[in-house]
Amino acid sequence: MAPARERYGDAMSAGARLELRDLRKRFSQADGSALTVLDGVDLTAEPGEFVAVIGPSGCGKSTIFHILAGLEDASDGAVLIDGVQTPKRLGVCAFMPQRDGLLPWRRVIDNATIGLELAGVPRAQARERALPLLERFGLGEFARAWPWQLSGGMRQRAAFLRTVLMGKPAMLLDEPFGALDGITRGDLQQWLLDVWDEVGSTVVLITHDVPEAVFLADRVYVMSPRPGRIAAVVEIDLPRPRTLAIEESPQFAAYESRLRAALRGRTDPVDEPAAGTAGERP
Amino acid sequence: MSVIAAPPPRRRWSRRLANAWPPALVLAVVVGLWAGVGALVHAASDVLPGPDLVVRSTWQDRSNLWPAAWTTTREAIFGILAAIVVAVVLAVAIDSSRTVRRSIYPLMVASQTLPIIALAPLVVIWFGFGPLPKIALVALFTFFAIAVGLVQGLASADVDATNLLRTMGASRLQLLLRVRVPSAIPQFFTGLKVAVTYSFVSAIVAEFVGAQQGLGVYMTTAKNAFRTDLVFGAVLVTAILTLLLFAIVTVLERLALPWRRPASATGTP
Ligand SMILES: Nc1ncnc2c1ncn2[C@@H]1O[C@H](COP(=O)(O)OP(=O)(O)OP(=O)(O)O)[C@@H](O)[C@H]1O
Ligand SMILES: [Mg+2]
Repeated sequence: MAPARERYGDAMSAGARLELRDLRKRFSQADGSALTVLDGVDLTAEPGEFVAVIGPSGCGKSTIFHILAGLEDASDGAVLIDGVQTPKRLGVCAFMPQRDGLLPWRRVIDNATIGLELAGVPRAQARERALPLLERFGLGEFARAWPWQLSGGMRQRAAFLRTVLMGKPAMLLDEPFGALDGITRGDLQQWLLDVWDEVGSTVVLITHDVPEAVFLADRVYVMSPRPGRIAAVVEIDLPRPRTLAIEESPQFAAYESRLRAALRGRTDPVDEPAAGTAGERP
Repeated sequence: MSVIAAPPPRRRWSRRLANAWPPALVLAVVVGLWAGVGALVHAASDVLPGPDLVVRSTWQDRSNLWPAAWTTTREAIFGILAAIVVAVVLAVAIDSSRTVRRSIYPLMVASQTLPIIALAPLVVIWFGFGPLPKIALVALFTFFAIAVGLVQGLASADVDATNLLRTMGASRLQLLLRVRVPSAIPQFFTGLKVAVTYSFVSAIVAEFVGAQQGLGVYMTTAKNAFRTDLVFGAVLVTAILTLLLFAIVTVLERLALPWRRPASATGTP
């Protein structure tokens, strides 16, 4: 198990600060018209923080990540990394795409080490770093298997391992546990917290799953349907380290119902008896 | 340690046998018909020699046939190798630049409308009677199938995989080598298999025009001597050699694509 977490201790210095200011994104469509996907998104992840983004399908969550990772440019607004506007962002954050992105022609271990390989780390050294983690992620036996031989959960673990191994100051996880059953999901969530605890990098996580957001995050951004805006920001003031038992607590339920209300478009917090602080935006 | 759920070898063999008997049956029928018709027109055995005669005469003439077959095989293989080099260069150029794609791809397609057989005499004039013009013609005949397969294969690379590597800071060369080229290998082999089926035929056509050695020369000589049995024999040898080359490519394909999910394996191990 991970050691007790020092919430604002030294480990924090490893994380990057990410900030989006009034981010807007329009795509031009085939018929020439413009599709507004993001319509003014403000989001901040402090160094070492765990931030979750939830919102209905198609509201632009993945688009936010594509912009943060440098795959797309913003139509308007600013992307700041460690307080500096950063137009060239490719290679800065470790990005785990919504589909796992495993390359079918690479064995599991070579998929895990590809980020290091591209960064110029010698193969032997990269493998040396990856092997103990593979063991820990329950993939030790499958180091030399091909991706098609893995189950869905194993694929996602392999993709996550690839993301962690890059050793970047920020990780962008796009629905890392989507399409998994509850038990596997719970295990992976617990284990994601342990890893985050150790590496100390900033994490932004996209999810559809309200309990997942509450369980994992320090702060949850709730998005409106397209065009995506931040409908609510909810600070999750649950103690860390967290275990799955926390899901039974009344505060947990309160946060959940509050997030669900925000997702349904009711952002008025007055009738929601949730603990902790919350910042709501129109 | 192996986690690969390979089917037990016996089952694999029985499946192969099951795949092999329908074509074998058809072949047996065809050979039977050939023998039957050959026996009927027995008097005119010069026109349609029966299978037994073809095999016997060809075997007797093997000291002439083998060197001829060897010459043509070399031309076919070197021609294919040259075609691969040309196709790789063209395909990578077409894949990397839209300007190149727009300017070269139409010409490449147009080159296939040229009556290459009619060009053969010219090629012989330019390159002489040695093996070079044959290799050039084989390459000309076969590069197209390989290049088209490669261009399509490179373009089939998964956008998500490309994007993922871009977020890791991959250069264009790294994207080419680590995503596009591996994505293209299955279609490269599809093109190569088509190319291989043309290779012997094009070498023989080139030899018809002018050569000192080879199956084309052998066939011409046999025909001029009214030895239809030997012409048939040479045709048979050509077919067998083409099949052999095809089989070699199939084995190479399997070796190059160990990561491909076997068609029989459904579900996860
Ligand atoms: N490159 C693009 N060109 C045009 N439209 C795009 C592009 N990328 C995304 N979109 C559109 O932007 C909208 C938001 O897409 P996005 O993938 O960000 O949604 P999402 O919130 O991640 O949804 P989900 O939860 O289903 O993954 C969609 O309507 C999509 O069609
Ligand atoms: Mg998405």
